[in-house]
Amino acid sequence: MKRREFIVAAAVFASLPEAQASDEAMRAAIRAWAGRDPEPGTLKIDIAELVENGNAVPVRVVANEPVTGLALFTPLNPEPGVIQVSLGAAAAKPEFSTRMRLARSQRIVAVARAADGRCWQVGMDVIVTLAACVEP
Amino acid sequence: MATRAVISIPAAIKANEAFEVRATVAHAMETGYRSSDEGARLPRDLVRRFECRLDGELVFAADLFAAISANPYVSFWMRVGKAGELRFSWRGDNGFEHFETRTLNVT
Repeated sequence: MKRREFIVAAAVFASLPEAQASDEAMRAAIRAWAGRDPEPGTLKIDIAELVENGNAVPVRVVANEPVTGLALFTPLNPEPGVIQVSLGAAAAKPEFSTRMRLARSQRIVAVARAADGRCWQVGMDVIVTLAACVEP
Repeated sequence: MATRAVISIPAAIKANEAFEVRATVAHAMETGYRSSDEGARLPRDLVRRFECRLDGELVFAADLFAAISANPYVSFWMRVGKAGELRFSWRGDNGFEHFETRTLNVT
């Protein structure tokens, strides 16, 4: 292969999409769920700041007022969506817990949606030492 | 093998007082991004939706994605005024379905 061909081929290879979401993909996913771009607001994400094992990270999202929906998104996992929750009338508190995978250190985003259509979001930096998806 | 699910609800519930419901179902939540030892891509197999209904009315629902860990776990809080029946459902890829029912004993 000539040097020029190699450079062109390398450039094409480098531009192939990776199995990784991006901030743009995350924003699109948030918009799809919330219906628009949420404003910054108050929302608590309970998660360890330093995670040893990204395969099962306990996470809790708490709002400080009644909401109809809560969701979690990640910019650097293979896909932006994590979980999208709907709360009915018998739900006593605007919160939920689950266990999630983290492919790498990143800023995860929680979004809340209220009955009157308002929606707001908050981000939280998490450092991962052993990422998910590396083990067979 | 039959699917196993674990649901935790307080044994005695007081009317109009908040209590926590925790639910887990045994499932690999295969992301579709991993490879087997032979290098073949493991096909995606996820639980896509969890629902909890009280006498038919939705209390809590969650759409799950590949970023949820194996054996998906969710917990939430609810409040009831009278006794009722809680019905849990998990649905996912390859026709995965699992149902559980629990009776709420309200005092």
